[in-house]
Amino acid sequence: MQVETMPLLEVSGLTTCFKTGLDGREINAVENVSFSVRPGETLAIVGESGSGKSVTSLSVMGLLPARTGRIASGSVKFRGRELTTLDNQAMRGIRGREMSMIFQEPMTSLNPVYTIGHQIAEVIVLHQKLGYKAALEKAVEMLDLVGIPEPRKRIQNYPHQMSGGMRQRAMIAMALSCEPALLIADEPTTALDVTIQAQVLELLKDLQARIGMAMVFITHDLGVVAEVADRVCVMYAGQIVETGSAIDIFKAPAMPYTSALLKSVPRLGMGDTRLTAIPGYVPPLSRLPKGCRFRTRCAHSAEICASGQPDLVDMSSGHAARCFRAQELSLRNEAVA
Amino acid sequence: MIVEGGAQPLLQVRNLKKHFGVGSGLFHRPTAVVKAIDGISFDIQRGEVMGLVGESGSGKTTVGRSVLRLVEPTSGEVMFKGQNIGALDPKGLRAARRDMQIVFQDPDASLNPREKVRQVIGRALDIHTIGTRGEREGRIIDLLEKVGLSGDYIDRYPHEFSGGQRQRIGIARALAVEPSFIVADEPVSALDVSVQAQVINLMSDLQRDLGLTMLFIAHDLAVVEHISNRIIVMYLGKIMEIAPAKSLYGNPQHPYTKALMSAVPRPDPTHKHNRILLQGDIPSPINPPSGCVFRTRCPIATAECAQIVPDIIQVAPGHGSACLKNG
Repeated sequence: MQVETMPLLEVSGLTTCFKTGLDGREINAVENVSFSVRPGETLAIVGESGSGKSVTSLSVMGLLPARTGRIASGSVKFRGRELTTLDNQAMRGIRGREMSMIFQEPMTSLNPVYTIGHQIAEVIVLHQKLGYKAALEKAVEMLDLVGIPEPRKRIQNYPHQMSGGMRQRAMIAMALSCEPALLIADEPTTALDVTIQAQVLELLKDLQARIGMAMVFITHDLGVVAEVADRVCVMYAGQIVETGSAIDIFKAPAMPYTSALLKSVPRLGMGDTRLTAIPGYVPPLSRLPKGCRFRTRCAHSAEICASGQPDLVDMSSGHAARCFRAQELSLRNEAVA
Repeated sequence: MIVEGGAQPLLQVRNLKKHFGVGSGLFHRPTAVVKAIDGISFDIQRGEVMGLVGESGSGKTTVGRSVLRLVEPTSGEVMFKGQNIGALDPKGLRAARRDMQIVFQDPDASLNPREKVRQVIGRALDIHTIGTRGEREGRIIDLLEKVGLSGDYIDRYPHEFSGGQRQRIGIARALAVEPSFIVADEPVSALDVSVQAQVINLMSDLQRDLGLTMLFIAHDLAVVEHISNRIIVMYLGKIMEIAPAKSLYGNPQHPYTKALMSAVPRPDPTHKHNRILLQGDIPSPINPPSGCVFRTRCPIATAECAQIVPDIIQVAPGHGSACLKNG
């Protein structure tokens, strides 16, 4: 069917810039980013601090800070509809109903003076034209769905009366209360303990299968990426530097940054084998090296790398890398069978 | 029992407890007690890296602070080089601290933004009156180079460095007084993945080259396993399991350790998880469960687990586990 093969979300050539410092000079936090998400699939955007992964998601949701950030160029299409030109009111109609977002720290996105039940019901009343009582009933159902015990009691709780894991579940319940077609999850498990993270990841995967939503999952944690992603975009210094299926990215990375990042993660059971660190640090966006942005830290850097910016070049179907030398280098990851 | 690692430990911790009063009743009297550490014992040998892993509320940070007497333990003993740290007067404690230092998680919070590197590191030398003024500059430059920074950075302020570089300065400051023992409290948790590996490698190198003894505290089991000789797994103020790193990874005994290991996401999409998914939340340390503190989330708990507080029993040489089911 035509509708099914059409991407749910299509971002093309997105450039988002921010005003910095006192002089108000603008820098590109995200540059020429393109990706698409099909219904029901999970795309992970992985990167370190300053890579632009969170700015990308805020741009898609229309949640950039109004005074400092703006989309300079590019398009964001959701179900074929251009979002970048929508006014706030139209955008609010889409946000929360058709696409939702959850953040790293649920405490900052929950209102401390209202009960959890009220906050979830409010979203439902707003988007689903249900009465408050019916909405509250739906809130109980949602809390039950995300595995919060005694949901009827819990709707009377304020956020501070819940643990971190519980709050993140409540956030997920709120985000999913209108059964959105797309969920953007920005580091949703980073603040959680590892045993609680396992529960929340399991929950997200389970809910996704049940209501068939697509996910954009933003994280710095490659372990989490491997667990949830169908496809992966690796970002570095504001650009997508590699994109492909999870298997492509983990098994046969083509961009030296991806490969180096995979080698620098300690794995359980590797004992005291020395880690392969990436030298230096992520360059600030105001002082990017000329040419390839990773070249100053890259073990494979050659003369050509300073000559200009490499394009994102197709390696195989659906797998592309931003590296002049991608074809000649052989960067297979031995750790993945 | 204490699982011995060998003879003449550098640090001996015996039945250490730290209880905090929380809540404010009448006249700010505490209304409840948090048992942050509830009776733990272990030894660290000279030159050994002891990893300490646990989730929030496990008490791992409090252990690190109590060992250095940065918080006053409620009861129990900390013996450092045979000296009871708890019995020292302020002067004695200061002298002892020259030999035991700490590296904190957040270099942003632990470096004074108004002080240049020269002052940050020089302060430690001043307090312990190490070297003459003339010698100091050379010493600070040596320290910077030892942690992989250029000596030219001596007159820079913390904000001029990246997070990883700031953590290197934190390490240089700890090393300034030439301690034999370092508590590293989540030293790489705030760092980016690519930088984390640099700092882990640096700490391994320094530990080996300087023969340091270390208590390495982290929530990330893979990081701890990588750097440690032995590992303690804590949960709600108690030791669940203590073992050589290889033995803990290869042959975990405690159901909590097993669940913790299975919960760690692997950077491998082909990895098939046989995940032990724990139910519920970590209980509040204000009101921990009776008997075994892990029993409320334990997949194999039985009625007796609510009655009996399990002792650590030896399951293999140097490998102890506090579970009734291990017997």
